Amino acid sequence: MTEAAAPGPATLAAATARRRLAARGAALRQSVLPVLGVIAALIAFWYLACIPMNAAQSVLEAARAGAPVTPAEASERRGMSGLALAVQNPAEAAARAYGQERPRLPAPHQIGAEVWAATAQVAPTSPRSLLYHGWVTLSATLLGFAFGAALGVLLAMGIVQFRVMDLSVMLWAIVSQTVPIIAIAPMVIVVLHSVGISGIVPKAAIAAWLSFFPVVVGMVKGLRSPDAAQLDLLKTYGATARQTFLSLRLPGSTPYLFASLKIAVAAALVGTIVAELPTGAQAGFGARLLAGSYYGQTVQIWSALVAAAVLAALLVALVGAAERLVLARMGLRR
Amino acid sequence: MSGAVVEAEGLGLTFATGDGPVHALKDVSLSIGKGEFVSFIGPSGCGKTTFLRCVAGLEAPTSGSLRVNGMSADNARRARAYGYVFQAAGLYPWRTIGGNIALPLEIMKYPAAERQRRVRETLALVDLAGFENKYPWQLSGGMQQRASIARALGFDADLLLMDEPFGALDEIVRDRLNEELLALWARTGKTMLFVTHSIPEAVYLSTRIVVMSPRPGRISDVIESPLPKERPLEIRDSSAFIEIAHRVREGLRAGMEAA
Ligand SMILES: Nc1ncnc2c1ncn2[C@@H]1O[C@H](COP(=O)(O)OP(=O)(O)OP(=O)(O)O)[C@@H](O)[C@H]1O
Ligand SMILES: [Mg+2]
Repeated sequence: MTEAAAPGPATLAAATARRRLAARGAALRQSVLPVLGVIAALIAFWYLACIPMNAAQSVLEAARAGAPVTPAEASERRGMSGLALAVQNPAEAAARAYGQERPRLPAPHQIGAEVWAATAQVAPTSPRSLLYHGWVTLSATLLGFAFGAALGVLLAMGIVQFRVMDLSVMLWAIVSQTVPIIAIAPMVIVVLHSVGISGIVPKAAIAAWLSFFPVVVGMVKGLRSPDAAQLDLLKTYGATARQTFLSLRLPGSTPYLFASLKIAVAAALVGTIVAELPTGAQAGFGARLLAGSYYGQTVQIWSALVAAAVLAALLVALVGAAERLVLARMGLRR
Repeated sequence: MSGAVVEAEGLGLTFATGDGPVHALKDVSLSIGKGEFVSFIGPSGCGKTTFLRCVAGLEAPTSGSLRVNGMSADNARRARAYGYVFQAAGLYPWRTIGGNIALPLEIMKYPAAERQRRVRETLALVDLAGFENKYPWQLSGGMQQRASIARALGFDADLLLMDEPFGALDEIVRDRLNEELLALWARTGKTMLFVTHSIPEAVYLSTRIVVMSPRPGRISDVIESPLPKERPLEIRDSSAFIEIAHRVREGLRAGMEAA
C-alpha cells in the first residue's frame, strides 16, 4: 500500500524513460510508416508497368514456345503498343514480364539481384564490380568537388569584397552553367587529352565545373546575410573591412555554405558520370551505363543508376553530418 | 577648439523615403560638456535614436554642423571615441556571451589576458558572472540586453551612447543597474548620452534632461538637474526630484500638443 502510494525515485526514472521511449517509438512509426507506404506503392506500380513495357518480348517468346497469341501474325503485332499487346495477351504478358534477359524495363528484383551479384559476389577490384566502378567515379567526384567548392568560395569572397568582380564574375558564372554540360564535356576531355592530360583530371574538371556554381551563389548570399544592425555594431568599433569579413561575414555565411555544398556534391557526381560517358572510358558508373546501352544490357544500366543514386545519397548525408557538427560547435541551433 | 564632447549646431536630418521626406531631426542645437550625463526623452519616433546615430557617425546629417571630441563624427568613430549600446541587443549568435563581449576588444587588439580580465569584470558588473560560455539563445531577452551593455563597457571610451539600454528589464534590475551606472559614471567620469522613455529614470540619472518632440524631431526643452551628484535611490521621493519630474512631464505634454 505504502509502496504504491510513494514510488521510489528509481521507479519514477524508469517510468519516465519508458514513456520517452514510447514517445520516440510513436514518432518513428509516424515518420516511417508513410515513407514505407509510398515506397511500397511505387514498387507495386513499377511491377505493374513491367507488364506492358516488356509485352512485345513476352508475346514473342510465347509465340516461339508455340503458345497461342493474338494477333497470331508477327507482322500484325509489329505496330502495336505494349499496352495493347498486354491487354490482348494478359496471361502470357504477365507470366513472362519478369524473367527476360534484356527487358525494356527490368523489375526491381532483377536490378537488386544484379547489384548484389556485382558487389558481393565479385572481387572489389574486378572490372565487373560496381564497387570498383563506384570508386573510380567517387575519386573523380571528390577531387572535382574539392576544387569546385574551393573555387566557389574564393569567387564568392571576391564578388562580395570587390565591386569589379561583382559586376563581371557573376555573369560569367551564370553563362558557364547555361552551356549544356553534355555538349561541352566531350570537348573539354578531348582538348585536355590532346595536351596529354587524361585519367581522373578531365573528369574532375567537369565535376568542378558543375559544383562551383551553387557554392558561389550560396556563399555570396551568406556573406551578404549580416543585417545593417550587425554591420553598424562593427562600424562603431572602427573595424576594418578585413575584420568585418573575418568576424561577421564569414561566420554568418556558414549555414549558407553547407546548404550549397550539399547541392554541389551531388552536382559533382553528375558531372563525373557525364564526363565518363562520351570518351569510351573504361571504368566508372558512366562507362558502365554506356557499355550497358551498347549491348542492350538494361539490367546493368539500371543497377549502375541505382548504385549512383545510393552514392549521391551517401555523399549528401555526409555533408549533412559535417554541417550538423560544425553548426553545433559554432553554437548555432538548427 | 571648445571643450565640448558633443557640439551640435542647427543639426537637421531628412530621410528620403518612398512616400516623401521624413524630417527625423530639425534644427537641433546642443552642447554637451565632458563628464555630463544627458538623458533624451520624448515620444516614440521623435528622433532620439537618429540623434545618437548622428553622434556615432552612423548617419550623415543633411544640415547643420556636428563635432564630436572636436572632430567630425566620422573621424571620432574611426578614433573609437565612444561605446554604443543599441536599442536591440544584437549579440552575434555564433559567439558565446564572453565571446561577444570580447569582440570589440579583439578588434581593438587588446592582449588576450587583458581581454579575459575585462570580460570577467564587465560580466560581473551587469550581474552575468558565470554566463560567459553560454550562447545568446540560452539567455533571456533582458540578460541579452545586459550582455550588450557589458560589451560597450569593456573598452576605454570616454563617451557612452546608450539607446534605451534598460527598456527590457524589470524594475528591480533596472534600479540596480541605474545605481551601478551612476557609480560607473562617478568613477570613470565618462560622458553619457542616454535615451529613455522613463521619466523617473531620466531624472534619477541625469545632470541634464533633453525633452524632444516629434514631426519634425526637435528639442522642446532642456532641464538642468539641481540634484546632487551623490544620489541614493531614496532621492526619488524628495520634493526636488518630484518637481523636476513634473517639469519633464509638462515639457513632454507641451511638445505633443504643439506637434
Ligand atoms: N533609415 C530610415 N529611413 C527612413 N526613415 C527613418 C529611418 N530611421 C528613422 N526614420 C524615421 O525617423 C523618425 C525618428 O526615428 P527614431 O528611430 O530616431 O525615433 P526614436 O525617437 O528613437 O523612437 P523610439 O522611441 O520608438 O525608439 C521616425 O519617424 C522614423 O520613421
Ligand atoms: Mg529609438
